[in-house]
Amino acid sequence: MGEAIKNRYEFVVLFDVENGNPNGDPDAGNMPRIDPESGLGIVTDVCLKRKIRNYIETVKEDEKGYKIYIKEDVPLNRSDREACTSVGVQETDEKKVTEALKKLKKNEPGTDEKLRDYMCSNFYDIRAFGAVMTTFVKAALNCGQVRGPVQIGFARSIDPVMSQEVTITRVAITTEKDAENKSTEMGRKSIVPYGLYRVEGYISANLARRVTGFSEDDLELLWEAIINMFEHDHSAARGKMAVRELIVFKHSKELGDCPAYKLFDAVEVIKKENVFYPRKYQDYVVKVHEEEIPDSVEVKRMI
Amino acid sequence: MARGVKIRVWGDFALFTRPEIKVERYSYDVMTPSAARGILEAIYWHPGMRWIIDKIYVNKPVRFTSVRRNEVKSKISASNVLKAYNGGDKPLYLCSKQEIVQRASAILTDVEYVIEAHFEMTQKANESDNPGKFKDIIMRRLRRGECFHMPYFGCREFPAHFALCEEDDIATAYDDVPEKDLGIMLYDMDYTDPGNIQPVFFQAVMRHGVLNLADCEVIR
Repeated sequence: MGEAIKNRYEFVVLFDVENGNPNGDPDAGNMPRIDPESGLGIVTDVCLKRKIRNYIETVKEDEKGYKIYIKEDVPLNRSDREACTSVGVQETDEKKVTEALKKLKKNEPGTDEKLRDYMCSNFYDIRAFGAVMTTFVKAALNCGQVRGPVQIGFARSIDPVMSQEVTITRVAITTEKDAENKSTEMGRKSIVPYGLYRVEGYISANLARRVTGFSEDDLELLWEAIINMFEHDHSAARGKMAVRELIVFKHSKELGDCPAYKLFDAVEVIKKENVFYPRKYQDYVVKVHEEEIPDSVEVKRMI
Repeated sequence: MARGVKIRVWGDFALFTRPEIKVERYSYDVMTPSAARGILEAIYWHPGMRWIIDKIYVNKPVRFTSVRRNEVKSKISASNVLKAYNGGDKPLYLCSKQEIVQRASAILTDVEYVIEAHFEMTQKANESDNPGKFKDIIMRRLRRGECFHMPYFGCREFPAHFALCEEDDIATAYDDVPEKDLGIMLYDMDYTDPGNIQPVFFQAVMRHGVLNLADCEVIR
C-alpha cells in the first residue's frame, strides 16, 4: 500500500433504476424509500456502502490488505492470530501469549492504536469508512472509533418517484396443506418504474493521513467500485440499475480549495423539456458548470 | 468578541440523538452545543484552544421524518483478539446477516442554523500560538471553505455545509415566538476526568429562535 492521499475530494454519483426497487424501506413493507413530503426517492448511505464492499470483496477475494470486515452470508465474528503477532506477541506457547497480552495491555497504553492500525491496514472497508472497536484501555477517549475518510450522504432522486405495486403469482405452493386448497400463491413486488438518483460524497485527506492510511491505490479502487457497484448486484428486486455519472472534484490541497456546496451546486441535472414522466436516462441532461468551479479544483467525469 | 465567530450551517438532514432514546434514535428539536462544537472542530481545532458555543440560531422550522435502517449491533471486539487467538486461526469478520438489527431513527429534515461561538486558549498552546493567529486561520478556512473533514449534523451521513455568517441580523424561523421551552438537553460531555466521562445537561429555552448558551446553568 502506498502513502495516504494528499488531496481532498468531493464526488457526485448519479445512478438510475428501471423497474426495480433500489432500496426497500423496512418501515413500509419493503416498498421503495420515499420522502413523504416531497415524494422524492431515497437510498440510504449504508445501502451504497454495502454495494461498494460487495464489489471489493468480489474483485479482491480477500487479498491481503483488501479484506472486508462487514460481510454478508458468513457466520461468526472472529479474530485471528495475526493481530497478536502484529503487536509483538509471538505465537509460541498459548498460555504465555495470553499473559503477554495481558502484560501488554497493562504496560503499554498504545495497544489499542496498534490493533487499530492492524485493522486499518488489513481491511479496506475500515480504511475507507471507519469502524467502531472496543478497546483494551479503559476509557480510551475515542472509544475505539475509527473515522474513515470516505463520507457518503443519502441519495435522493431528481424528480418524485412513483412506487408501483406489482402483484405476481407462483404455481409452486410452499406447504402441503396449502396445496390442497389452492393452486397458486400471490406475491407482491414494489418497483419504481424509473428514478434517477443523486448522491454526494466527501473524502478527507486529513483523516486518511492521520488515521486510516487510505491511499491513492485505495482511491482508484473506490472509483472503480462506485462505477461498477450495481454490475454485480443484479437480483429480482433491483431491476435494472446502473451508475450513470461519477463526477470527481479534486482539490489542490489537503484542506480543500472551496466549499463543497459550491462544487455540488455546479452539477445540474435537468429534466428535458416536454418530458413529463421520465422513464429513461436520456430524459435528463447533466451539466457541469465549470465556470463556477475554482481553477485549482480539478473536475473529472469518470464515466 | 475578537475571538468570536459566526458560521451558518445547513443540510438536508440532521440527527442529534437524545441520550435517553438512543437505540431507536430520536433527535433533539435543535442542535446541541456539543454537536455545534463538533462542527467547529471539524473545520479547525488545535490542542491550544477550546471552542465555546455562545448562541445557536434556529433558522428553519423544526420538522421530523423517520428512516428505518438495517444496522449491525456489535462493535469489533478487541478482546475477541485474545479469545479467538486461543481458539485457533479463524478469519476475522462480522456477519451482517447474523448481527443485523433494524432500527428506526427520527431525524430532522431541512435544517439551517447559525452558530455563534468563541474560543479560549488552553495550557497546551505553544509559545508561538496566540488568539490572533488562531482567529486568522479560522477565518481563512471559513472564507475558503476549507475543513479538516466534512462537518456533520450528529451522524456522518448527514453532512453539514458551512459558510461564514457576516450578517448581524439573523432571521430565525421562530422570531415571533417569545419563548419555547425545549426541556433538558445535552450540553456536552465532561472530559475533565478521562476515566469517567460524564454528560452535562442544561435547561434549553429558545427565545425568538435563539438558544442562548452564554452563562447557562449546567446540570449533572
